[in-house]
Amino acid sequence: MSGVVVLVGTRKGLFVARSDDRVTYEVDPIAFGMNAVASVGFDDRGPTPRLFAAARSEHWGPSLFHSDDLGATWSEPGAAPIAFPEGSGASLEQVWQVVPGPRNQPGVVYAGVEPSALFRSVDGGVTFALVDGLWDHPHRPTWQPGAGGQCLHTVVPHPTDLDRVLVAMSTGGVYRTTDSGASWAPSNDGVKAYFLPDPYPEYGQCVHRVASHPEAPDQLFLQNHHGVYRSDDGGDSWQSIAEGLPADFGFPVVVHPHRPGTAYLFPLTADGDRMPPDRQFRVYRTEDAGSTWTPLSDGLPDGPYHAAVLRDAMCTDTDDPAGIYLGTRAGELYASADEGDHWNLVVEHLPDVLSVRALSV
Amino acid sequence: MTAVVMRLPGVLRPYADGRSSVEVEADGVQTVGDVLARVEADHPALGRRLRDEQGAVRRHVNVYVDGADIRHSQQLETPVGPGAEIVVVPAVSGG
Repeated sequence: MSGVVVLVGTRKGLFVARSDDRVTYEVDPIAFGMNAVASVGFDDRGPTPRLFAAARSEHWGPSLFHSDDLGATWSEPGAAPIAFPEGSGASLEQVWQVVPGPRNQPGVVYAGVEPSALFRSVDGGVTFALVDGLWDHPHRPTWQPGAGGQCLHTVVPHPTDLDRVLVAMSTGGVYRTTDSGASWAPSNDGVKAYFLPDPYPEYGQCVHRVASHPEAPDQLFLQNHHGVYRSDDGGDSWQSIAEGLPADFGFPVVVHPHRPGTAYLFPLTADGDRMPPDRQFRVYRTEDAGSTWTPLSDGLPDGPYHAAVLRDAMCTDTDDPAGIYLGTRAGELYASADEGDHWNLVVEHLPDVLSVRALSV
Repeated sequence: MTAVVMRLPGVLRPYADGRSSVEVEADGVQTVGDVLARVEADHPALGRRLRDEQGAVRRHVNVYVDGADIRHSQQLETPVGPGAEIVVVPAVSGG
């Protein structure tokens, strides 16, 4: 069994938890104190893994930092790493997602931001440029901000076809490109927007997260603002897989690192009741692509629990057996070293957790 | 004195080589916007913490010229003369 470095982005700073055995953890002192770290990530395609942390100060604005020494030190370029061009009329509010491109496209890193836009880096995530094709989309003026802001929070690059990228935003829904970002089309067939007059519009859904496995890129899992869906055709169409869940609301969905049909959710009761169903802290796992769901609770809190898990606050590592990690808005990090069967509290009393990523080392 | 001085809060000093203030030559400088442009050119990581990429002073950043808040004066067009003192202060906000 190998070790892990877990990046825990919170409302008021970044914490890095380290373990050699995924049982005992040491947590570094806070970094980026008083900055909201809404997105963390890593790029492990090169010989040295590069970590990312998007930090936003209420006073001094957002920036994107990178670390090539596993979080011991962090760097940013002098000029803004991510900035809207002059004349766009927009300014960066927050970076919601940092995702490396496919393995055969080293140097490419994507960033999803607020206001909803996609940025692309070709220098390993140091500097980025706006993807004009999506920014210029005629639908953009009609996308509406969700409670968290008008954000592009999900980027799923196709693992082998360099021209294909899927993004998701709240609201707006899922959009795809097949020509390297020059043009984009909505991809929400079957995904419900109960809050609109037409509950199945072409676009405008409040999709919370989409996830897929590199070995099965056409099988996608989607946690919606009410609704859990799967696509088997790369997003052409979506079918509900919410049967068997205690609720179809929630934010994160993550896919097992080695078994494409295994995925994890953290259900919340409803839009108007964003707490666990029956106030029971439960992770739900499917091992058959959403046909059945199993609650996981061994080692998780007993008794009434009222905090949520946000869309970027659950992840896996790449070890075998896989580790599963989740951070709560109550400032706890839980980890399972056996695919979710058993859980341990890694750290508590943090600010509310916004983002978690785990790098196997 | 031919320089304009901009005093910085402690949290911004790492972006100004550790200094508590930066100086801008007053020649050609007429407004606080001119001063900020010079500061941005010399210290881009400092500059983008004061203004966003469209040139707007960040919402929770307060800028004073000789003791007066530029939001109650002429914003970025507030006149700045030789010997002026500009003070940057984080607003009392946030949680």
